[in-house]
Amino acid sequence: MIRFEQVSVTYDGLPHPSLRDVDLTIPEGELVLLAGPSGAGKSTLLGAVSGLVPHFTGGTLRGRVTVDGRDTRTHKPRELADVVGTVGQDPLSHFVTDTVEDELAYGMESLGLPPAVMRRRVEETLDLLGLAALRDRPLTALSGGQQQRVAIGSVLTPHPRVLVLDEPTSALDPAAAEEVLAVLLRLVHDLGTTVLLAEHRLERVLQYADRVALLPAPGAAPRLGTPAEVMAVSPVYPPVVDLGRLAGWSPLPLTVRDARRRAAGLRARLDGAEPRTPEAPHPVQAHPVQAHPVQAHPVQAHSPQAHSVRTPPARLPTRRLFRRTAPAPVTTPAPPAEARALSVRRDRIQALRRVDLTVAPGETVALMGRNGAGKSTLLSAFTGLVEPSAGTVRVGGATPHRTPPRDLVRRVGLVPQEPRDLLYADTVADECAAADRDAGAASGTCRDLVGELLPGITDGTHPRDLSEGQRLTLALAVVLTARPPLLLLDEPTRGLDYAAKARLVGVVRGLAADGHAIVLATHDVELAAELAHRVVLLAEGEVIADGPTAEVVVSSPSFAPQVSKILAPRPWLTVAQVREALA
Amino acid sequence: MPSAAAGNVCPSRSGVRCVLSACRPEVLVLDVLGLSAGAARVRAGRRDGANVACRGTSARSGTLPARTGETPRTRLHPGAWWLWSLSLGTAATRTTNPLLLSLLLATSAYVVVTCRPRTPAPWARSYPAFLELALAVIAIRLLFTVALGSPVPGSHTLLTLPEVPLPTWAQGIRLGGRVTAEALLFSFYDALRLATLLVCVGAANALASPSRLLTSLPGALYETGVAVVVALTFAPNLIADVHRLRAARRLRGRPDRGVRGLLQVGLPVLEGALERSVALAAAMDARGYGRTAEVPAPVRRTTAVLTLGGLLGVCAGTYGLLTAAGAAYGLPLLLAGLAAALAGLRLGGRRSPRTRYRPDRWTPRALLVAASGMATAALLTLAATADPAALHPGVVPLTAPTLPLWPAAAVLLGLLPAFLSKEQPS
Repeated sequence: MIRFEQVSVTYDGLPHPSLRDVDLTIPEGELVLLAGPSGAGKSTLLGAVSGLVPHFTGGTLRGRVTVDGRDTRTHKPRELADVVGTVGQDPLSHFVTDTVEDELAYGMESLGLPPAVMRRRVEETLDLLGLAALRDRPLTALSGGQQQRVAIGSVLTPHPRVLVLDEPTSALDPAAAEEVLAVLLRLVHDLGTTVLLAEHRLERVLQYADRVALLPAPGAAPRLGTPAEVMAVSPVYPPVVDLGRLAGWSPLPLTVRDARRRAAGLRARLDGAEPRTPEAPHPVQAHPVQAHPVQAHPVQAHSPQAHSVRTPPARLPTRRLFRRTAPAPVTTPAPPAEARALSVRRDRIQALRRVDLTVAPGETVALMGRNGAGKSTLLSAFTGLVEPSAGTVRVGGATPHRTPPRDLVRRVGLVPQEPRDLLYADTVADECAAADRDAGAASGTCRDLVGELLPGITDGTHPRDLSEGQRLTLALAVVLTARPPLLLLDEPTRGLDYAAKARLVGVVRGLAADGHAIVLATHDVELAAELAHRVVLLAEGEVIADGPTAEVVVSSPSFAPQVSKILAPRPWLTVAQVREALA
Repeated sequence: MPSAAAGNVCPSRSGVRCVLSACRPEVLVLDVLGLSAGAARVRAGRRDGANVACRGTSARSGTLPARTGETPRTRLHPGAWWLWSLSLGTAATRTTNPLLLSLLLATSAYVVVTCRPRTPAPWARSYPAFLELALAVIAIRLLFTVALGSPVPGSHTLLTLPEVPLPTWAQGIRLGGRVTAEALLFSFYDALRLATLLVCVGAANALASPSRLLTSLPGALYETGVAVVVALTFAPNLIADVHRLRAARRLRGRPDRGVRGLLQVGLPVLEGALERSVALAAAMDARGYGRTAEVPAPVRRTTAVLTLGGLLGVCAGTYGLLTAAGAAYGLPLLLAGLAAALAGLRLGGRRSPRTRYRPDRWTPRALLVAASGMATAALLTLAATADPAALHPGVVPLTAPTLPLWPAAAVLLGLLPAFLSKEQPS
């Protein structure tokens, strides 16, 4: 169905080809996962299938790409539109019309399908993707996950024979991702659609793939094979494969189910060992005496009672009672982040309802929940971007939306979903100098942080030329320049490969050990398992669970990491824990 | 056949928009799937209470409010609303009678309030913005009259501002001086006329999305229409970007308000907008935008001849109409030119293979809405020539304006849409 013959792609102005001598044949009706580290040329390869490379992006393509017998050299993307459906990384930049229903119909209109067919397919697709209730909604009023589903739906309606998707689930919560993947699987099985899909979060997709095409490094030849073959040599692999390699299972398990079947031996070996949880902040006596308020190294913490906010429902009344009767000791330092009965209304929608959350210094909290559950709103409330409609929110004792930004940066730092929003300057050096000025820090503070977190970046690099992970780290360094005791990360692993993620985990752990309180809003269950001491689940703006990571995620089908699913009921969360216990 | 099933459930011809109709798509989907039990449940729900039925089928998003908006089949053709609104605006330009203008304002406001679609789309909420703009127009006009004076003579001096002496080259301009009631009233009448026109445009925006209007263009102009629609969505996106980036400035510890904050995000905003445009262009290209069908050469040539000839005819006809000598051949030439150009456009549509998904139709209701507006405009134009004194009340000497009866009745014709498409109480 898709055939690459000796294909090399060189973009103008780059010395090395992004793809070199690619020979690849993808048969009809397969779901092929394109894996590889960042910058290995995955997006270029996908673009070459839809004809956007080189017709739209420029650059030189040598060799030949044919899709369903059509040569992309002679067929422009629009002439391939009935064969190839393309979904990019950002759904918003994909939309042409302004309501869900019109968007689904747009592609078919361009192809000139008869109205009766369009009508039927729109209804089918609305059902298939669970969008029926949203059909008249303006696209801008949808949540990110809903938008991604509409984007996929909009290329599904012309019934293309090939679907090309670039990280379709990276913005989605685990449940929504499963839904989208189930849809893709159904297309492959029922309609014989060929699906080519690039994704960093292999743990979500690998189990559905018929084949994996691996681009091991920039310019390296791709390797196509069954998932088990490829995963045995791949530099990127999901936790289940990592565990399989650790335990020496052969063939490698690709699904949680496979792994569970083989895990009896491993479970036995692990019997008696206890998973080492990430070092929780040091609990101290109930009435801690205020030490000197050094922001960078606060070791004092609340007693667990004072900050464990919502516990299982049965015990709720007593906890509440306790909190009400115990007056906060005057000498207690204000916690880095505290929300009490916080409610926020946004555009006539109740985004948060009576949320209680306290974060102690040195503690890492993961906020999880489906798209639109209120995670980002809660982070915005902590940074004063939204005003509470009821309740209070405090960061280090100050009310964020009444604190001038200059003071606020010393109390709280947020790395937004799009780290680029924080970066204005043309070079890394300028950015760092500006960050020092903004934070009132000694000059060179930010540059030192960048050197520490991101070694090997030269001063003259343009922030735009950095990879996704490097940009995130630069934004992190900029935010950390003011040494805020509270650090908020919104969806930090979007678009990161496993190596970049591992670096981020190291950095964040170090910060937590330094006494920073960290809150991360994420859909990435593996990241939460690696980092968080505590997980807070949000649904419809309410806190529905709040407790130690192991307790919350092990019991949840959608938020449990792979290792915990494999080794349940024992509370192992990450491969690192298992590795340590076996060593 | 899904549409037939839906038609049985609630005939679109009845011209009644009901709360129940909001549930229809789900019913239809269930019918299509053959989930008769579910459909029966929904239907039963419809009988008991519409809201239950609406909520029962919203899938993942439990927070969705029950929709009480319009579905495409209860939606009027956007052209009808725009014709109606712009006709009222035309009517407003025919008169300076404040009573008639107020009546026009009230008419448009009443229709907007009763017929506005309940969607969270930004265009549907544009009416208040236009009202504010109209108020600003009146205020500015009055302020100018006070500050710069007015050529309208008057004897009722309200106050006298100190006059600034200006050099001789600025003769004819006055700063300060006498402010008369006559001058103020004249300016007010004049400004009210412009304000009413603005509010009518606002009504059009609130009643029908301008982008829907553009997508109803004939096939040959479709691609231009899409380009304009994309450009229209560009502005709100730009504003959203500015908000987001100003918020991000706060995260950097810089003030997020003030002009400087706005200026400093300028470049990143433009950069982002450009990148988004390129991404959108790629997506549109990959989805088949701009595909052309093979058209035989004779058809292509005929199209070119018809379009060019038609446009020439329109030019010549207009010229003929405007010159005294050409009144005889002007009108026929203009009409012939128009006809040829339209035929050319229609033929040109063959080049584009695209089809329409659920196009808005000119239903009798839509025609009535458009007709009511146009009738108002026509009657007021007639009245303006027949009885100019009543439609343009004098200010010198000061008199209270009176409400001329039959022009007022003509304005009330514009209320027709409110009764044509009024929701029935459930």
